[in-house]
Amino acid sequence: MDTELAPRLALSGITKRFPGVLANDNVSFSVRPGEIHALLGENGAGKSTLVKMIYGIMQPDAGEIRWDGQVIRVANPKAARRLGIGMVFQHFSLFEAMTVLENIALGMDARIPGRELESSIRQVMEQYGLKLDPHRTVSTLSVGERQRIEIVRALLLNPRLLIMDEPTSVLTPQEVEQLFVVLRQLATEGCSILYISHKLHEIKALCDTATILRGGRLVDTCDPRTETSRSMAEKMIGAGLKEISKPASRALGDARLVVNRLSMAAIGHFGTALKDISFTVRAGEIFGIAGVAGNGQNALLLALSGEESSEDSEAITVDGAPVGQLSAKQRRLRGMASVPEERNGHAAVPDFTLSDNTILTARDRLGMVSAGLIRTGAASTYAGEVIASFAVKAQGPASMAGSLSGGNLQKYIMGREILQKPSVLVVSQPTWGVDAGAAAAIHQAIVDLAAAGSAIVVISQDLDELLSLCDTLAVINEGRLSRAMQVAEADVHEIGLLMGGIHGEQASAPAREAAIAG
Amino acid sequence: MNWDFLILAIITIVGISTPILLAGLGELVVEKSGILNLGVEGMMLVGAISGFAINVYSGNPWVGVAGAAGAGALSGLLFGFFVLTLRSNQVATGLALTIFGTGLSSLIGLSFVGRIVPQFGSVFPPELARDPVLKVVFGYSPIVYFALLMVVLVAWFLKSTRSGLILRAVGENDLSAHSIGYNVIGVRYAAIAFGGAMAGIGGAYFSLVITPMWAERMTAGRGWIALALVVFASWKAPRLLAGAYFFGILMWLELNAKAGGLSFIPGAQAIPSQFWAAMPYVMTVVVLTLISMRNRAGLNAPACLGKPFLPAT
Repeated sequence: MDTELAPRLALSGITKRFPGVLANDNVSFSVRPGEIHALLGENGAGKSTLVKMIYGIMQPDAGEIRWDGQVIRVANPKAARRLGIGMVFQHFSLFEAMTVLENIALGMDARIPGRELESSIRQVMEQYGLKLDPHRTVSTLSVGERQRIEIVRALLLNPRLLIMDEPTSVLTPQEVEQLFVVLRQLATEGCSILYISHKLHEIKALCDTATILRGGRLVDTCDPRTETSRSMAEKMIGAGLKEISKPASRALGDARLVVNRLSMAAIGHFGTALKDISFTVRAGEIFGIAGVAGNGQNALLLALSGEESSEDSEAITVDGAPVGQLSAKQRRLRGMASVPEERNGHAAVPDFTLSDNTILTARDRLGMVSAGLIRTGAASTYAGEVIASFAVKAQGPASMAGSLSGGNLQKYIMGREILQKPSVLVVSQPTWGVDAGAAAAIHQAIVDLAAAGSAIVVISQDLDELLSLCDTLAVINEGRLSRAMQVAEADVHEIGLLMGGIHGEQASAPAREAAIAG
Repeated sequence: MNWDFLILAIITIVGISTPILLAGLGELVVEKSGILNLGVEGMMLVGAISGFAINVYSGNPWVGVAGAAGAGALSGLLFGFFVLTLRSNQVATGLALTIFGTGLSSLIGLSFVGRIVPQFGSVFPPELARDPVLKVVFGYSPIVYFALLMVVLVAWFLKSTRSGLILRAVGENDLSAHSIGYNVIGVRYAAIAFGGAMAGIGGAYFSLVITPMWAERMTAGRGWIALALVVFASWKAPRLLAGAYFFGILMWLELNAKAGGLSFIPGAQAIPSQFWAAMPYVMTVVVLTLISMRNRAGLNAPACLGKPFLPAT
């Protein structure tokens, strides 16, 4: 480690204030050339704000940024790129209707003729083993391929610092491995990498140094290879991490939810058709459905919730009664509740109060409507109960749903369904964009509901979540569901292959390679 | 049907297509940047009266057309100030612009009713422009050739230039364009000003070329047809040219029906003019349906069309 050299990037005393929030409070750390430096923290810890200031999207209120020892002011992203700072965003800044080539050209400041640009793109792709067709339209590409566009775009600028904002949240385990190979190669070539994540095992596997933020302040800078995941998590959250407490041995009851050969046509042009899906969830069982985004999870949730009803009444049965043709309202009356992935606009109406939001799903089961009139008192009381028992940070039942943070609104929505004591609960992405504290509370609530005898289906892209939460697991790929596996005996490698589209264990070697390269 | 009739028909159709072609090209660029400006009719009227008035004072139709472009651009920028800087609703503001432009043009026009203005000379030698057959090619106002040149320029600009790529990117995903570091608001102001200028020239074509005098609401709803034309052309400049002449034929049929009518079946009653007046809109719906049946992406509508740009700061 040559301490002689000035660090490539050094922040000192960076402070950024938004109305009502101190997003970054006196943050200082530095990144050496060729170092992979993790920036770790919960949602809302200030990671994104911090890198936005490094990349010139925002300006700090106080503090200084040094680049190769020189104090600089990064006026805008263009200035950042001129310095040699590249960034790959969590939410890709891509233009769906345009080709890969056009997208990359838009990210370049220099005017490069199309043909020349294409050849340098091909060169970068070859150098780092990134496969991509420059003439494909982005809307036809998978999430992993879209990320590759962003990476190629950043690499074309020969960056000396590459900022990666939560790059693995949408990738299969194999895609993550490939990404790490690229990042390690870059680091050995002297490029510094600032890697933002809250996935601790990834940081341990990849990073040389980790800077941990909590509530906008720097908590610690440590070596992730010598820390345990647990110790880093505790620094990140600021308190001892609560383990999910599962009853040690649970006898699962009778089948409560049976899905038998469920098929649905694709909804819209970008929808996925469901093909012949069958699974059984018993009383007390948590059944996980893993898969990369866009493989039919959405269609499956709609089919189970009743927003899209099936033609075959027997395709879905709850406690032996066929519900396949019933509407969402009728299914709710029979004790089948659901929580969709999108909090604002699907699970809840952001411009409604929490109390009004409870009426949307609890009106029939809890008698909140009589003779066509809303019983506001009952709704408000129930909303208060949900807020109290799920420790939702809100002013009260009259708060607007949209004013709650993502984690709090998610806790509220889960609570709204769970306190109705459903016999079957289907949830999609229960902890998407939710901080670790709220995620733990939501997981515990799911486990408790199962222990009380409900059958639960959890659809998630977060494999770690499913492995820690579920009893049984299946993988959805292109609208087909794999066989169910006991989580205790599941092999992560096999799950990864299933997520990548290889069905069954006897997949041939070339097909596996194709899936990994895919 | 004889040759004279056909030549006259072609000349009329090319003439009445030109204003919607100009205004449509302008609106195409505006919509490609993600802004829906429903004020085309208003901007055309502002252009019509400004072009006329400036022509009266300057005695030069070229100055008049330049003035019409300037006035159209200014009325566009007024719209831009409301929707871009003040972030008002684009639909409501566009409708307001049409009402405003209609009223303002009538007010200014009061003192110009009945005035006669100098006209454009012919672009080509008079022998060609007045030749009974060759006038189909050479006998038009300079604005007609300008409109055709603009089709080529706009198509080339959007497809092959970096600025055109940025403009499309802004209309496709404003937040991404902003995060890459493009000036979304600036690009949109420029597009709106261009759209206004083109609508202004389209309006001036009425008051300087078609009927070289001022009459209230003389654009007669062609601004709305221009809006339909952009959708009909699925936001592509070459298709816009074809669509403009197609709509031109429909408008020509409407004019003929008003004047007593063409009857396609001998002896049968003529089709009423209202039928032809409705056809451009009907055809737009038909084309939209056909395209979306085949392939939704083929619709080619800019993804951010009509949505306000609200970056996180």
